Amino acid sequence: MKAIKMTLALVAASAALGASTQATAGTTLDAVMKKGFVQCGVSDGLPGFSYTDEKGQYKGIDVDVCRAVAAAVFGDAKKVKFTPLTAKERFTALQSGEVDVLSRNTTWTSSRDSSMGLNFAGVTYYDGQGFLVSKKLGVKSAKELDGAAVCIQAGTTTELNLSDYFRSTGMKYTPISYDKSDETVKALEAGRCDVLTSDQSQLYAQRIKLANPEGYVVLPEVISKEPLGPVVRQGDEEWFDIVRWTLFAMINAEEAGLSSKNVEQEAKSSKNPDVRRLLGAEGELGKDLKLPKDWVVQVVKQVGNYGEIFDRNVGAGSELKIARGINALWNKGGLQYAPPVR
Amino acid sequence: MQSDSPKAGAPRGSLLTDPKARAWTFQILSILVVVGVGWYLFHNTQQNLANRGITSGFAFLDNSAGFGILQSLIDYTERDTYGRVFVIGLLNTLLVSVLGIFFATVLGFLLGVARLSPNWLINKLATVYIEIFRNIPPLLQIFFWYFAVLRAMPSPRQSYSFGEAVFVNIRGVYLPAPEAAGGLMPFLISLVIVIAVWIGLARWSRRRQEDTGQRFPLFWVCLALLVIVPGMAAMLFGKPFHWSFPELTGFNFVGGWAVIPELVAITFALSIYTAAFIAENVRSGILAVSHGQTEAARSLGLRSGLILRLVVIPQAMRVIIPPLTSQYLNLVKNSSLAAAIGYPDLVSLFAGTVLNQTGQAIETIAITMSVYLAISLSISMLMNWYNKRIALVER
Repeated sequence: MKAIKMTLALVAASAALGASTQATAGTTLDAVMKKGFVQCGVSDGLPGFSYTDEKGQYKGIDVDVCRAVAAAVFGDAKKVKFTPLTAKERFTALQSGEVDVLSRNTTWTSSRDSSMGLNFAGVTYYDGQGFLVSKKLGVKSAKELDGAAVCIQAGTTTELNLSDYFRSTGMKYTPISYDKSDETVKALEAGRCDVLTSDQSQLYAQRIKLANPEGYVVLPEVISKEPLGPVVRQGDEEWFDIVRWTLFAMINAEEAGLSSKNVEQEAKSSKNPDVRRLLGAEGELGKDLKLPKDWVVQVVKQVGNYGEIFDRNVGAGSELKIARGINALWNKGGLQYAPPVR
Repeated sequence: MQSDSPKAGAPRGSLLTDPKARAWTFQILSILVVVGVGWYLFHNTQQNLANRGITSGFAFLDNSAGFGILQSLIDYTERDTYGRVFVIGLLNTLLVSVLGIFFATVLGFLLGVARLSPNWLINKLATVYIEIFRNIPPLLQIFFWYFAVLRAMPSPRQSYSFGEAVFVNIRGVYLPAPEAAGGLMPFLISLVIVIAVWIGLARWSRRRQEDTGQRFPLFWVCLALLVIVPGMAAMLFGKPFHWSFPELTGFNFVGGWAVIPELVAITFALSIYTAAFIAENVRSGILAVSHGQTEAARSLGLRSGLILRLVVIPQAMRVIIPPLTSQYLNLVKNSSLAAAIGYPDLVSLFAGTVLNQTGQAIETIAITMSVYLAISLSISMLMNWYNKRIALVER
């Protein structure tokens, strides 16, 4: 009898396993609707991108992208839960279905896009890798870094670019890698390494965490292209489109002059067909994406347009004060460009 | 009646009523189910990986890694493959394990004996040590050594210098390193000869002692040989080594041997932690040898050092070895905590960085787990073999 029971239990267990793999293979949108919130993978603490403020609220560009997706799906930007992930954990968390969206200053590269079963939905921030050094070293350029000990976050593109840069310039370096970006900052402060390397935006963000930010300087060289954006699992085009068009909607909203303050008004009164299509007064954008008709209104009202998000988190309205630069809209000399809604 | 005796020779029932056939049926059934579930899980995983466009298989081991590594015992450049990164991680793990096992064993034996010392101070010091270090989680001890002790060291330019040869700073410990010179070959040959002579002499003196009872000062004679013969070789054929001293150039020290603080911290922490357990094993082993043995040895006129060496320890070893094995296994497995302070061990390098760069979680984790299993089983086998060798031969 015992053996029979065991056999039955095994059969039941395998059946259950089969069922669960079936469920994750289904559409992400259905699963999200069912549980009532978007599970979003964010960074483990990076000012401007994703961090918790003194009240314990998540803040940052990456966090706002998650909120925008929640606003699009549920009409409520609060229906989102965050999972802080280290650089090493992030892809496994997304692949295994632990998070629905990975919005964690992740660089879009060919190998990540093609071999890891991931899809990049767009670019939220055009970045590039730089170096942060103590002023005491008297270094003015990255070309003077021969023989330096360099702190890096493990498992990032930064690690690979660093090695490429030193190889191509024929210099030597000692890599010192930690799992968390906080640990790299502490190691730089303690003097375990001479240089900290990361995406430039992160360097500015990490510099304000130092006890003496004035004592450190970001070197002028930018050694790589780092387009950062939200990532979803491959094979679910529906969910991919939702995340991608949420981002595009925020960029298009900025271009059309819609902001969190005027979007509701414009939704009712605008006569511009571009705006009317974007906000759901005309056309089928919402229906095609399986979203409510007014989803863009909710996104812009509750979270803001791209420009607002940028200013609030990393731009003029934040501690980081990073200039828009290449992240300005295409018609203002930048690279941010969203396809038209039609 | 058949129903009374379910013994062999009285069967003739169906598959379910005949005990022998029933046993076979269920065993075969169980195996089929286990194999079936295993195959199903494997197939299901493969299917799902393929559906989601995740690359699987072990081809990635031949791809170029492209990132730098802090410490590698073999040559490595960024152009080398993930396979080589795996070997480097494995060697780094083995390095920590070997260093840890060595220091923990030495320290553990000393402490275990000290714990039984009649000297009040030594006894109490050993007790305090054991109680403190045995009861603090190893990860915290690693953090303590790394963040509290080694992070407090000065910057390279203000290094502590010992005779301008050894330097200690926040980047590690820099030691002079021997580099091969002209007289290396004769020096090594003379060393091999001395060791061969040592083994021969040891055999001869043992046989002589068994035959005649006379003792030969083996250790001192061989020590003298070990100093004189290679010394003469060095004088005749020139120096075997010259020393390369670490020197501050640019940002860091160059030359000599650099021991990174991550390695120091993890070795310290694991040795000190495991030594506390080994000390207790040693103590229990010694206490397990009945006091009558010591008294008998004393009545034969043996001195107390000899009693410990010839009578107590050999018998205590039988009790010490099995728990000692599991302490060694613990130490090897705990070495994976090195990932927390960025020491490039197997877990940090292969199951961490390589996993992340390739995205092939299942393969890298499976390889890493099998490696730890293999290391642990090898240690187990070695210790079992040793235990069998020293076990009492029952007559």
